[in-house]
Amino acid sequence: MLEIKNLHASINGTEILCGINLKVNAGEVHAIMGPNGSGKSTLAQVLAGRDSYEVTKGEVLYEGNNLLDLAPEERARQGVFLAFQYPVEIPGVNNTYFLKAALNAIRKHKGLEELDAVEFLQLVKQQMKLMEIEESLLNRSVNEGFSGGEKKRNEIFHMAVLQPKLAILDETDSGLDIDALRIVADGVNKLRRKENAVLVVTHYQRLLNYIVPDFVHVLMDGRIVKSGGKDLALELEEKGYDWVKNEFERLPVQT
Amino acid sequence: MDPAFSPNEWYLSQFEAFERTLNGESKSPLHLLRRDAIDKFHSIGFPTTRNEEWRFTSIAPIAKTEFTPVLQFAPSGVTKANVERLSLDTKHRLVFINGHFAPDFSSVGSLPKGVVCGSLASAVGSSDRNVLSFLAKQVKVDETPFVSLNTAFLQDGAFIFVPDGTVLEDSIQLLFIASAKGPFLISPRNLVIVGKRSNVSIVESYVSLTDQSYLTNVVTEVAAGDESIIEHDKLQNESQKAFHVAMIQTRLGAKAQFTSNSIAVGGSIARNNVTVVLEGEWSECTLNGLSLGTGVQVIDNHTTIDHAKPHCASHELYKAILDGKSKGVFNGKIFVRKDAQKTDAKQTNKTLLLSDDATIDTKPQLEIFADDVKCTHGATVGQLDAEQIFYLRSRGIGETAARDILTFAFAGDVVRRVHVDSLRRQLESLIHERLDQGRLVQPI
Repeated sequence: MLEIKNLHASINGTEILCGINLKVNAGEVHAIMGPNGSGKSTLAQVLAGRDSYEVTKGEVLYEGNNLLDLAPEERARQGVFLAFQYPVEIPGVNNTYFLKAALNAIRKHKGLEELDAVEFLQLVKQQMKLMEIEESLLNRSVNEGFSGGEKKRNEIFHMAVLQPKLAILDETDSGLDIDALRIVADGVNKLRRKENAVLVVTHYQRLLNYIVPDFVHVLMDGRIVKSGGKDLALELEEKGYDWVKNEFERLPVQT
Repeated sequence: MDPAFSPNEWYLSQFEAFERTLNGESKSPLHLLRRDAIDKFHSIGFPTTRNEEWRFTSIAPIAKTEFTPVLQFAPSGVTKANVERLSLDTKHRLVFINGHFAPDFSSVGSLPKGVVCGSLASAVGSSDRNVLSFLAKQVKVDETPFVSLNTAFLQDGAFIFVPDGTVLEDSIQLLFIASAKGPFLISPRNLVIVGKRSNVSIVESYVSLTDQSYLTNVVTEVAAGDESIIEHDKLQNESQKAFHVAMIQTRLGAKAQFTSNSIAVGGSIARNNVTVVLEGEWSECTLNGLSLGTGVQVIDNHTTIDHAKPHCASHELYKAILDGKSKGVFNGKIFVRKDAQKTDAKQTNKTLLLSDDATIDTKPQLEIFADDVKCTHGATVGQLDAEQIFYLRSRGIGETAARDILTFAFAGDVVRRVHVDSLRRQLESLIHERLDQGRLVQPI
């Protein structure tokens, strides 16, 4: 589904991603772990199409096509979803109105009929229960005045409504208490299908207790320095990132 | 244009021509008021940018044009279909063509006892005693040169009188249509008198059915009795060849509540003065404004809130969306007089600049003479937020739609404050029509 080949990206001339290689197949959950500043969020944002990052080298194939050629909205319409680490507050834009516009843009792209208000509300009500979202959040402006936990749940709620093929969760666990973490993880797990894939970007292992990954990758200084199964996350939790760092320093630099 | 052209002499000669049409009325109190006004205009003339009140907006294009006052009512080709299209869904509608009442296009539903909703000219004609006791009392004849000029050519406008303890359920729309051979001058004068504990909501709409150059120079006076509740909405949507200068001045009695929503989207130069004098204790005013500018439009909003008595509150939110080479001005003056302890005044001005060439001059002006008051003011000027645009796009919404959604949301903050449903809907569709890829386009 997703194939990242030797991806280099920089911001304001500073290289953040220095040759990422990663292959994600449908049905798989991959976790990207790493210390602060390792490039995890940059990777997530580059995949979603943030233009403040410049891709200087490499390519990203999504369902066999060049993802980097696509505008952010085109990526979304083809099934890529980014749950933001810091969801943006948009005063004056109603959460439901926004979500309906987004869903209909995606449906239109797929050649499906746009949903009317009644059909849309049915769908929303169903997903709301799943995410334990309060109805009041729907009638408020997007993320405006939401608590940290509400913002993260709202992201997963958007994901549940939009039903992406490739979901990228950027530190969705940060700022969540244990109950919210469980709700968010449940929401993600309910969306796991053999035709979907999830990329979980996280600093801590605890989210991975709930969303059990098939693969764990450690990102450091803009490169994936170690990959393994779900046990790698536990090992990291126990030994810390320094443990990988020592190994990593012996690796040759890829250009 | 003759370089020696003097607007002072031009309007004096126009006044003399006007005077010759008034048989036997020249000694009436109303005409004495007009004479006083033309004298004042003649000696002062139009302001220049050297005048502090006008330093951001040059009205030279107005001053150098020979606008001829429209002295008589004529339907001027306006049709019922035109009026229908411009009407709000309200029971009461007074239509004015070039400043003159058009009874055939107007309709007033059933009104509570004692309410007068009609033309100022007919109120003058029937010697309504309220006219002369309130007219030119809410605003001084020489408050500005434009008020003097309006008063000199004062003939018609809306006259609304609501007796004590009366609630008007439905809004009154005052629809001002411009349609004459240019360049022409229209000088509507509206007088609104609201009794104690009464409620009324009034919408002034200004539109053009002509591509000729003209000047709308309007004055609206509002006398708000104790404990009255008034909403005054205004939509100025005139052509790009129109000039619009307005003064809305309100005096508030004790515990009265006055809301003004002023929406300016049209005109070549549009200058709105909104002045509220809080003359009774515990009174409250809310002034909201929204400007949409494109091309080379100049939209200038001057507000004055005069806290004369203690325990009064004022809330002010003015927003502007400026594109092209348009220019916005916001000048928000707040006086807190020595007696006005416990005043609570808040002023906010926010501008969204959609192009590199659009400009805004924003100036808060607080003059506080009392010592136990709360006064805040703030101004922001910015562009559409790149983070917000990316967030919307990352969910599948196209860039064009994302910019439109965000621009609309910026305006929506003010639009939502309009309580007249049909006006709010009209504003929403008007803003949608003007938006294209998050840019403002010329009004159709």
